[in-house]
Amino acid sequence: MSTGFLAQYGGEIGTLTLEHVWLTAWAMLIAAAIAIPVGIWLTRSPRWAKPVIAIANILQTIPSLAMFGFLLPLPWLGERAARIAIAALTAYALLPIVRNTYAGIRGIDPAILEVARALGLTGRQRLLKVELPLAASFIFAGLRTATVTCVGIATIAAAVGAGGLGELIFRGVASVDNRLVLAGAIPAALLALAADSALGLLERWFKVPAP
Amino acid sequence: MLHDIALALEEGTTTAILGRSGSGKSTLLRTVNRMIEPKSGEVLVEGKSVSSCDVIALRRGMGYVIQETGLFPHFTVERNAGLVLEAEGRPREERAKRSRALLTAVGLDPDDFARRFPHQLSGGQRQRVGLARALAAEPAILLMDEPFGALDPLTRAEMQDMLRGLLVGLKKTVLLVTHDLDEALYLGDRIVLLDEGRVIADLTPAEFMQSQQAEVEAYRRAFHRGESNGAKEVGR
Repeated sequence: MSTGFLAQYGGEIGTLTLEHVWLTAWAMLIAAAIAIPVGIWLTRSPRWAKPVIAIANILQTIPSLAMFGFLLPLPWLGERAARIAIAALTAYALLPIVRNTYAGIRGIDPAILEVARALGLTGRQRLLKVELPLAASFIFAGLRTATVTCVGIATIAAAVGAGGLGELIFRGVASVDNRLVLAGAIPAALLALAADSALGLLERWFKVPAP
Repeated sequence: MLHDIALALEEGTTTAILGRSGSGKSTLLRTVNRMIEPKSGEVLVEGKSVSSCDVIALRRGMGYVIQETGLFPHFTVERNAGLVLEAEGRPREERAKRSRALLTAVGLDPDDFARRFPHQLSGGQRQRVGLARALAAEPAILLMDEPFGALDPLTRAEMQDMLRGLLVGLKKTVLLVTHDLDEALYLGDRIVLLDEGRVIADLTPAEFMQSQQAEVEAYRRAFHRGESNGAKEVGR
């Protein structure tokens, strides 16, 4: 890419990258706020685990372009392109987070949970002091998968006019200009890698050595 | 699983529950802190039915020690030891002070061990921390479910010595589940033998060693089997 190209598009790449991060960050926050509590609830009512995870699974299989299309006619959501994008990304992020929260807590040594009960920790204390810290590494692994997926899918959000780096890619495809495609794709890939390593660090940080 | 159990534990004494795996030893112990609720019958502590007690307060008032896996792997030794106090919302300084005093009492130097994590301890050291944790809230009752079952014989003997020393000073009412006759004889003021959920013997250690009851004799015979063998070798 020539310096002339960067001079021309540098500012736009920056703005669109920020937009991309903004869309993904909102989606991840909302998805985590829904999926972590749901994952915890499933550990309390395991008979719901299969159906709930199946629903999250089905959401994940909807092609992203179709997902944006489905959301378009909905009231409130359909009014703003960013809302559609965030809702769709949230839907994709649910499965890995729910699944890992559930598996992370279910995977805790039953003897540890038993002792926590026998020592007189309340349900809340057991969750906050024992279950979540011991499952944290798993939960972060789920957040990591979800974030990387969402950074990728967020490029499609440009199709409904929600902005983000997909904007450059779509424009590049339409005008058969590979430089524009790369100007969108490379920062998107770098974002995914950055999110992957940052959350990977957290995942390792919370890893608890087995006794 | 348990049938017609009628036991009264005397305050300040140690009762060892002996029996084979599946005889209901752990189940019996777990009815005391309501980890298991009996279908019928009741457990009284200080004259009060445990089912009428607040379960959280009840459990905090009883020390609980199990086999090896009981420490929280993500907490330091000090935090593990003070966990019940933490759950009760006691201030940090008080917890730290009490944890360190307890670590000393169970034979671990707090300056060396307080900041370590469970995976940095040996089996015996972990069990010491488990015992410190059980004693932290000064419970009147100590429930121990095969506390030393996973340790090698020498470490186990050290732990038994330490526990015996501690109990002399503390006057706790202890319910000790074990399948080790030696341990029951050494630590117990009384030995209760369970079989298929029923109490089949309830004796002092001295009585246990002399009893003519078939089940008790069988239990005695199952121990120290090597001794007679060794004696033969020497005699040759």
